[in-house]
Amino acid sequence: MQDFIASVVAGHGYQPTRLMMILRAIQEQYLHIPDAAIAQVARLLAISLTQVIGVVEFYHFFHRTPRGRYDVLISDSITDRMLGKQELMAYFSEKLGVAVGGVRVDGRVSLDNTSCTGLCDQGPAGLVNGLPLTRLDQARVDAICEAINAGKAVNEWPSEWFAVADNLLKPGLLLNAPISGGAAIQAAYHRGLPETLAEVDQSGLRGRGGAGFKTAMKWRFCSEEPETERYVVCNADEGEPGTFKDRVLLNSYAHQVFEGMTVAAAIIGAKRGLVYLRGEYLFLHQKLLDMLAQRRQSHLLGNNILGLGQDFDIEICLGAGAYICGEESALIESLEGRMGIPRNRPPYPVSSGYLGKPTVVNNVETFLAAAAIAVKGGDWFAGHGTDKSKGSKILSICGDCQRPGIYEYPFGTTIQTILDDCGADDVLGVQIGGPSGTFISNQELNRKLAFEDLATGGSFIVFNNQRDIFKIVQNFSHFFAHESCGFCTPCRVGTALLKKQVDKIFDGHGSAGDVVALEEICQLVKSYSHCGLGQTAANPVLSTLQRYPELYQEKLKKISYEPGFDLDGALETARRMAHRNDAAAHLAQIGEDHD
Amino acid sequence: MTKTIAIDGKTIPFEDGQTIMDAALAADVYIPHLCHHPEFTPHGSCKLCSVKVNGRICSACTFPAAEGQDIINNSDELNGDRKRITQMLFVEGNHFCPSCEKSGNCPLQAVAYYLNMLDNHFPFFFQTRQLDASHPDVLIDHNRCIFCTLCVRASQQQDGKDVFGIAGRGINKHLIVNAESGQLKDTDLDAADKAAHVCPTGAILIKRTGYQVPIGQRIYDHHQIDAVSLAASGSRPSAALPPFVAVVAEGGRHGR
Repeated sequence: MQDFIASVVAGHGYQPTRLMMILRAIQEQYLHIPDAAIAQVARLLAISLTQVIGVVEFYHFFHRTPRGRYDVLISDSITDRMLGKQELMAYFSEKLGVAVGGVRVDGRVSLDNTSCTGLCDQGPAGLVNGLPLTRLDQARVDAICEAINAGKAVNEWPSEWFAVADNLLKPGLLLNAPISGGAAIQAAYHRGLPETLAEVDQSGLRGRGGAGFKTAMKWRFCSEEPETERYVVCNADEGEPGTFKDRVLLNSYAHQVFEGMTVAAAIIGAKRGLVYLRGEYLFLHQKLLDMLAQRRQSHLLGNNILGLGQDFDIEICLGAGAYICGEESALIESLEGRMGIPRNRPPYPVSSGYLGKPTVVNNVETFLAAAAIAVKGGDWFAGHGTDKSKGSKILSICGDCQRPGIYEYPFGTTIQTILDDCGADDVLGVQIGGPSGTFISNQELNRKLAFEDLATGGSFIVFNNQRDIFKIVQNFSHFFAHESCGFCTPCRVGTALLKKQVDKIFDGHGSAGDVVALEEICQLVKSYSHCGLGQTAANPVLSTLQRYPELYQEKLKKISYEPGFDLDGALETARRMAHRNDAAAHLAQIGEDHD
Repeated sequence: MTKTIAIDGKTIPFEDGQTIMDAALAADVYIPHLCHHPEFTPHGSCKLCSVKVNGRICSACTFPAAEGQDIINNSDELNGDRKRITQMLFVEGNHFCPSCEKSGNCPLQAVAYYLNMLDNHFPFFFQTRQLDASHPDVLIDHNRCIFCTLCVRASQQQDGKDVFGIAGRGINKHLIVNAESGQLKDTDLDAADKAAHVCPTGAILIKRTGYQVPIGQRIYDHHQIDAVSLAASGSRPSAALPPFVAVVAEGGRHGR
């Protein structure tokens, strides 16, 4: 093992910033990160043991105890659940003879849940040894179990099991007309870099991750920093449940994304770019590496790009299962080989980002749009959309609709129009922007897709009238508690309290006062959390509570108080120890007889 | 001309580079806090120092003071929410004040009193947490850790060591030490290190010193945490406080 690790670390140039990639290689080789490996990596990288342990324990895809040789993860996103994930998981577990979360006694296979894998348009989905399994059903599960039990290597499994379709159903402004390789770089230099920044400004382009900061302003701030070592980072960590647009953009439009990064680098004066690719998209990694190599050959990357004097190259870093790394400063921490904990701001990444240097972090879709703007100009883009939200938005549509997939719309499009296109009727509501966004009811379908009305990073989940709002809220609340980085008190404890309180009410143990208590936790988590995760973690409860207060009240028992635990259940251990199971050993929960 | 900010209507001078917390402490204004310590890089994680800056909630310990800031600190709303955040810390861990060695000398307990916390309010988590008594002179009781990272920072920034770290995620966060065995005895921690004395709870204790100060003579028996904290930061003359508090002001070696 020592030799293996030594060669992996050497292969990454003894760079602590490569810690994530190093650990990924070790996890793959030994199915976990052994303690001895942790110590050796820390020594070789000259970083503290605590940093390496911190990183190993922080990311879901790293483990300190061995996983199975076949490590199966099933996406626990709401859309997978709506497609029968829970029954399928139970079947999988029984068929494989392994408990969810466990490793089979023979060490061959392990099974667990994972957060949204970005395959919501072709779920129920999962991952085996990091590779995507789509459109799972009982027959496929049977076949997979057979392959596992026969010891068939994953690379010998039928390729259709891993087929990921783009489902690009409605291309628009950007997706209908991809630019040709080099066009944006040529145009930017031909026009002049300051003039190209002016075009990006003129276009009104705002960050496509959802927050909507003006792209040109970000680039200008970065370029005006006195420090000249600067970086361009592409945030390809789309972890918001229900989002999968970046998967498609990187599969079919990656050249244009890389081109957008190159133009950004020219404008801000960066020599290096990094793509932070979410670990769930491992299957795109090699393809993207090949494209980068191809771009180098075509002089679109490297030294003296297209003879224009620009030096710039791009590398790809893989995440390892952490929603929080979609937050730009947590992403930068992760790129530096640390736990994905959001930084205190100010300073902002534009002045102190990657390695403390000025850094522009933009969404995949933002770079895609910027490349097109560099070619076609700001007015072309600004001619679409609304006054405050220019251009188009690419949506990942999934849930209860006939045609889930990728749709591109000019901003200002009504939700009803989108629902008509994707074949959704009998709509209960739509989750716009994922769990951290807003739930709108079927009374609000004339609202518009726009930063000034309904902003979204791309997630668009449709629910029909057969769906139970509480199951949705419960799934989302569990998600945030699971993904909280734990840095600050209100989010670390608050999201866990929120999960408990939601469970208490939805499982029928709530009594008068419990909805008020729920609201109080929501306000604390929302107002005092350190970053966007905590600040939005209460949105599923708040947006449904606002729309369906009566549903919440109906869930409450008509008693004045009920403790947050099951008294009879809590006595079970004592009964077992005392060998008693008579009526007197079962106590009724307080207030059960009262009205 | 001196630059100023306003905290609860009081005009307070500041220098460039100072946070709101720095300026407040220097001006004898107490903002509740647990993870902050003037000698170390601010962390901003406990969120007790949340203040309203021109209407927006910010952490005073990390947010830079700037001209024109109108800051609300000592309001019923903020103190009520700070109490809730403190209660979160209490239910998350296992804190049994009456039997804790740190009782009476404990900033967590004192800030709870300051905020008039009389119950836990939230349901307890009852997490199973370990004790590390391996070190000859120092004990870690993980039940009481609030992840403020003061020990982590003190070790790195003052002791020139790197004894502690935080690992895990979300509610499973936990304090770890820099030893392959995972045990404190295998680190280079010395009982005289700042890191062994900076804990604002009873999570890191010096062995054989528990309960030595009689009830009635403990740091917070006669003084609220605001007075102690301001004295420790040097904005109030420590002579006005009992001798053991003066010791806190000079280096945090209380209880010895």
